Amino acid sequence: MSSAHISARSPARRLPLHWLGILPFAAFVALFLILPTVKIVVGAFQTPDGSFTLDNIRGLFTPSILAAYWISIKISIASALLGCLAGFAISAAVVFGGLPKGIRGPLLTFSGVASNFAGVPLAFAFLATLGPVGIVSVFLRSELGIDLRVLGFNILSFWGLTVTYLFFQIPLMILIITPALDGLKREWREAASILGATGFQYWRMVAFPILLPSILGTLALLFANAFGAVATAIALTGSSLSIVPILLFAQIRGDVLGNPHLGYALAFGMIVVTGVANAIYIWLRARSERWLK
Amino acid sequence: MKKIWAWGALLFGILYFTLPLVGMTNFSLKMRRGEYSFDAYAKVFGDPRFQETFTYSVTQALFTIVFGVLLVVPTAYWIRLKLPGLRPYVEFVTLLPLVIPAIVIVFGYIRLYNTSSWLPLTGSAFGTNILLMFGYATLALPYMYRAVDTGLRTIDVATLTEAAQSLGAGWATILARIILPNVLVAVLSGAFLTFAIVIGEFTMAALLNRPAFGPYMQLLGANRAYEPAALAVIAFGITWGCLGLIQLVSRFQKSAPPKA
Repeated sequence: MSSAHISARSPARRLPLHWLGILPFAAFVALFLILPTVKIVVGAFQTPDGSFTLDNIRGLFTPSILAAYWISIKISIASALLGCLAGFAISAAVVFGGLPKGIRGPLLTFSGVASNFAGVPLAFAFLATLGPVGIVSVFLRSELGIDLRVLGFNILSFWGLTVTYLFFQIPLMILIITPALDGLKREWREAASILGATGFQYWRMVAFPILLPSILGTLALLFANAFGAVATAIALTGSSLSIVPILLFAQIRGDVLGNPHLGYALAFGMIVVTGVANAIYIWLRARSERWLK
Repeated sequence: MKKIWAWGALLFGILYFTLPLVGMTNFSLKMRRGEYSFDAYAKVFGDPRFQETFTYSVTQALFTIVFGVLLVVPTAYWIRLKLPGLRPYVEFVTLLPLVIPAIVIVFGYIRLYNTSSWLPLTGSAFGTNILLMFGYATLALPYMYRAVDTGLRTIDVATLTEAAQSLGAGWATILARIILPNVLVAVLSGAFLTFAIVIGEFTMAALLNRPAFGPYMQLLGANRAYEPAALAVIAFGITWGCLGLIQLVSRFQKSAPPKA
């Protein structure tokens, strides 16, 4: 190793010189990732003059803020669940369903593009599709006589946002779960069928338990993904739907809550929710990797 | 039976993903009453605000890429070469921007680097531009780091370094002329992804009050009918282009590995 002959020359200086190499990176991460986050977390527990308090956290438990968290969590859970379900179905169809082999490559490429096509333009695309004069709404109304608005569907609502989020949730699920499905060994299926298992039994008792950690893990990741999404929500609904990221956005712009430190607490709550979701993801992924090597 | 089910799932996927794309394309062409036209695109491209904000975001993206490469390549190289024990920790840190929502990070920036702080970056337009660039570099860090680290895994870093050193090369020469060319494809993948992220980014630019493309799109969306759809088509084209270029460069690498 090269480190051996360096240490032969200058044993005393070896350690500091090595650490110097990652100093720029460490400084960047500290200044522009860690410190800003710490600032928010600490601020959530401070009064404006700097002393410790739990009032900001307590301030979150007002009906309007709790309602914002609740609808945010509901949208995130719904879009994560549906994203997982649809992504799994599409991925399984391509891997096991006996579809032409040529579909797989384009599907993964498209998933890469679609999972990155979020934010403001995605909202525009859905407004042009499911909005009041969108292509699907108009088609259903004029050709089939179904008025989505009479049915209670509104793009600026819980379901509207959920359907829109699915556009980046489903592809993310496909990108993560396809390698996991590839990892299911053909031998396991053969072994199960030799022992007399039906296809359903194989899925219920062999494949599904093996896949469960990666599915649940991806679920957590999709949840965090939807929970932190700001741009799509703002471009789609303006400020008519009060979800946490929109509330925080308005708070940073103009202190709509009337207490700057309540803003810190709101942001801290977001970190806690996405942090917990990601901790679950990391833990479950470590478990699933035991089987899918 | 199984096939019907599989085709059904695929068909649903195709329908769900093409309808919005068809919807936005169709809508963007309907500005002139009763016939299809490119009026909305002409309006968008002719808008000086479009040109300004788009140029601004492209410039930001290019600076972010340069900064990201200068930051990530030496770090990932150094960690593989000298501090392999740190790898899991550094990897964890680079994934943090996926966990902490961008809106929280930029909130921290605003509070930490305001005019009354020790580093008053938000005090001037130039300082805010720098801050925004750092913010974008943070957002792109997970993708950039992962791409470069994967690229470094395929080459023998230690041997290449020793060979270069024994020929008298210094660290800068090794990085610029040995390591970088060898992981160029990985770096380009990271760069294109960074470009796709930065060009449409909304939250950070809006909250730091910079005239970027993302906030411009949002503003237009709130005030116009047909132009937003045209912008969505343009933005989708850019994303598609960036991801397509990644496919292209990685295929290029596979077809000609020994010469690199």
